[in-house]
Amino acid sequence: MTIDISQFYKVFFDEAEELLAEKERLLLAVDIDSPDPEDLNAIFRTAHSIKGGASTFGLNDMSEVTHVLESLLDRIRKGEMALTGQHVDAFLAAKDILKMQLDGHRNGADVDQEAVANVRMMLHDLSEGVIVPTHQPTVPSFLHAEQKQQVTEGAHRYKIELLDLAKRDVDALVDELGLLGRVSVVPLAAGRTALIIMTHEGLDDIIAICSFVLDPNDLKIFEAPPLTPEQRAREAAERARIEDEQGYGFFDPADPVDAGAEEPPEDELGYGFFQPIEQIRREAGIVAEAPPPAPVRPEPLEITEVAAEKKAAKKSGEGSHAQGAESSSIRVSIEKVDQLINLVGELVITQAMIEQRSDGLDPMVHQRLLASVSQLTRNTRDLQEAVMSIRMMPMDFVFSRFPRMVRDLAGKLGKKVDFITNGAATELDKGLIERIVDPLTHLVRNSIDHGIELPAARVAAGKSESGRLFLSAAHQGGNIVIEVADDGGGLNRDRILAKAKQNGLPVSDNMSDADVWQLIFAPGFSTAEIVTDVSGRGVGMDVVKRNIQALGGTIDIRSARGFGTTILISLPLTLAILDGMSIRSGDEIYILPLGFVVESLQPARADVKEIHGQGRVVKVRGEYLPLIPLYQMFNIEPRITDPCEGILVILEAEGRKAALFVDELVGQQQVVVKNLEANYRKVAGISGATILGDGGVALILDVGALLRSSRQLSDESVIS
Amino acid sequence: MAKTILAVDDSSSLRQMVAFSLKAAGYQVVEAVDGQDGLEKAKLQTVDLVLTDQNMPKMDGLTLIKSLRGLPGYQKTPILMLTTESSEDMKTKGRAAGANGWLVKPFDPQRLIEVVKKVIG
Repeated sequence: MTIDISQFYKVFFDEAEELLAEKERLLLAVDIDSPDPEDLNAIFRTAHSIKGGASTFGLNDMSEVTHVLESLLDRIRKGEMALTGQHVDAFLAAKDILKMQLDGHRNGADVDQEAVANVRMMLHDLSEGVIVPTHQPTVPSFLHAEQKQQVTEGAHRYKIELLDLAKRDVDALVDELGLLGRVSVVPLAAGRTALIIMTHEGLDDIIAICSFVLDPNDLKIFEAPPLTPEQRAREAAERARIEDEQGYGFFDPADPVDAGAEEPPEDELGYGFFQPIEQIRREAGIVAEAPPPAPVRPEPLEITEVAAEKKAAKKSGEGSHAQGAESSSIRVSIEKVDQLINLVGELVITQAMIEQRSDGLDPMVHQRLLASVSQLTRNTRDLQEAVMSIRMMPMDFVFSRFPRMVRDLAGKLGKKVDFITNGAATELDKGLIERIVDPLTHLVRNSIDHGIELPAARVAAGKSESGRLFLSAAHQGGNIVIEVADDGGGLNRDRILAKAKQNGLPVSDNMSDADVWQLIFAPGFSTAEIVTDVSGRGVGMDVVKRNIQALGGTIDIRSARGFGTTILISLPLTLAILDGMSIRSGDEIYILPLGFVVESLQPARADVKEIHGQGRVVKVRGEYLPLIPLYQMFNIEPRITDPCEGILVILEAEGRKAALFVDELVGQQQVVVKNLEANYRKVAGISGATILGDGGVALILDVGALLRSSRQLSDESVIS
Repeated sequence: MAKTILAVDDSSSLRQMVAFSLKAAGYQVVEAVDGQDGLEKAKLQTVDLVLTDQNMPKMDGLTLIKSLRGLPGYQKTPILMLTTESSEDMKTKGRAAGANGWLVKPFDPQRLIEVVKKVIG
């Protein structure tokens, strides 16, 4: 019988990915000065589990890296070595390498073998206790492959082959040679060892140092040519193979505690028993034919066996039940979920049709049918909510990637940043989650790069040395509001205005702050004094804004000079379904996303005022709002042209309000959004379409665009 | 009647692979995600063989083995440790805790079945 284990690869990939994320989370949280032993154990366990899986599934490159990692972590958790920042850096780098290898196996992504070799070397150095020179980058070394090249440039590589030498002596030698340069230990066959040293010193110095420890005649030393990347990778793999053998060897002779009971050949198979197998089987009551010399025990044995069998039989039903409950989640492909959502969407439409058709029926005659219909409505809504919730993912999916980024970035820029997140459990549609990652990454980078000042500047400004970066998510009505806040220098109004003038944007000095902040969303706008490699290259906030808007969201800035900047992103919870208000203008039905609707009212004639050349405004609760007749926007033949006879729907988007003049309100309902662009083309002022209960198509209004265009219209009319 | 095996491992890929292989060989398998879970599952029903990993959250393999030996109906049940810990030390500890044998990870499914067959047929 052959068993194909490849079907478990995917499970392992998912699992390894989770373990790596967990490992990173733990590493970032660990207190270097006094690490919690539980944390160290947990970190060790992640490496251990990945190694176990990787070796079982034959992913040798991963098991090699985790093997080195695991042994180092093991020494740290056992207290043989103190955890240092260098360790954490190396472990994080190793995590990146493992992720790269994982992606390599999973999607055939490229694996940078040199980076792998670098990290292995780094881990190896650390476990050998070799002091890595401090000018070495402490951020993941593969990011700095070029720099590293320079460090080792001009250095000689020597290979020192040692004859039979006690481990103590090898260690002593490694320590001594460590003073000259980077040393790594390569175990050779037959228990011998070779040392590779990378140093600027000459051969004589090395021999001199070796002679402290051993007879120079006992060693062979020769200069090795610098490694080509291929060679380096090969050598790393070779070394790993040997280490592997050491790590999994386990082929010791018989167990010393009870040598007689062991079957030595089994040991070489990688398993063994502590008692003779017959004894185990007999005692467990597996062998029915008990050996003759044990007649005293058979009866009670038999009874227990029967009892056990009965019990097992009785419980087998429960057993399988418990098995089902054991795994609390299953992995399903997103296509299946989307198909389900689509079908439910169709069902919602069908249900709405039934509801509408049954409206005309006489309640007395069709009482039972109508009751069923209303029950169907309720069930459909519940079903829809339940199905939509499958696609919901916690924001933690996005947030969890930032601690690492913040740490690396802050380190690179010499800044100190306390990173705080809140509301990571807030759920958002998977599609939105994935598309919010890039804009948020950009904003977080901006905050660290341009927002938070250098420690010295902060102290001079009377603030704490480390800046605070606050990332939070919360539900607010039908939206999720994501906040990126820093307590850095804030936006510089004068500089933004100056830059805007330079870029030829229409600005004036007495613009409101909110309007000034909006300027940074203009294409090509960057006020960074120095363009760093982190952010500030001019592609930026405009892309962020476009992305957010494409998700149906809005972005808002609050900033105070010297106190920091807060960026608020508001997103709909899901893209697939929206709560809509259906309105009529002429013969057309349109849908307004309910989130934008503030209220609706019929204005008193005195509240509607004509402003010469600028259309009409309406006074609502002491506020004058522009009046937008929907029929004018879309050139529809209206039934009503007098706002006082129709209905005004007060809309609010992007911080602006307006009153939309429509003929009547039709109703309020959940609509399944159908993409217009995918099926037709983009239409200005329209964000999508939906199918109504009667089978007709209604367009969903793009409120943001509507409000903007109304503004442009009135602006133009001022000019003319 | 098919023999039942309790497989305890915190790694879901390995656990699923073990369970799949054993089921393919005609055994019933009860899976547990860590020592604590294993102990609870063991209390729900008796099994014919226990396979347990060593390094797990909540409760490790050695503790599980010791606890199982204190349960009625588990004094003589064969228990095998699946472990990457290849030291003599771990074997000694396993024996002291009451394990009957050990199997080194990584192993291929064939070997697992071979070992299990040796023990419970």
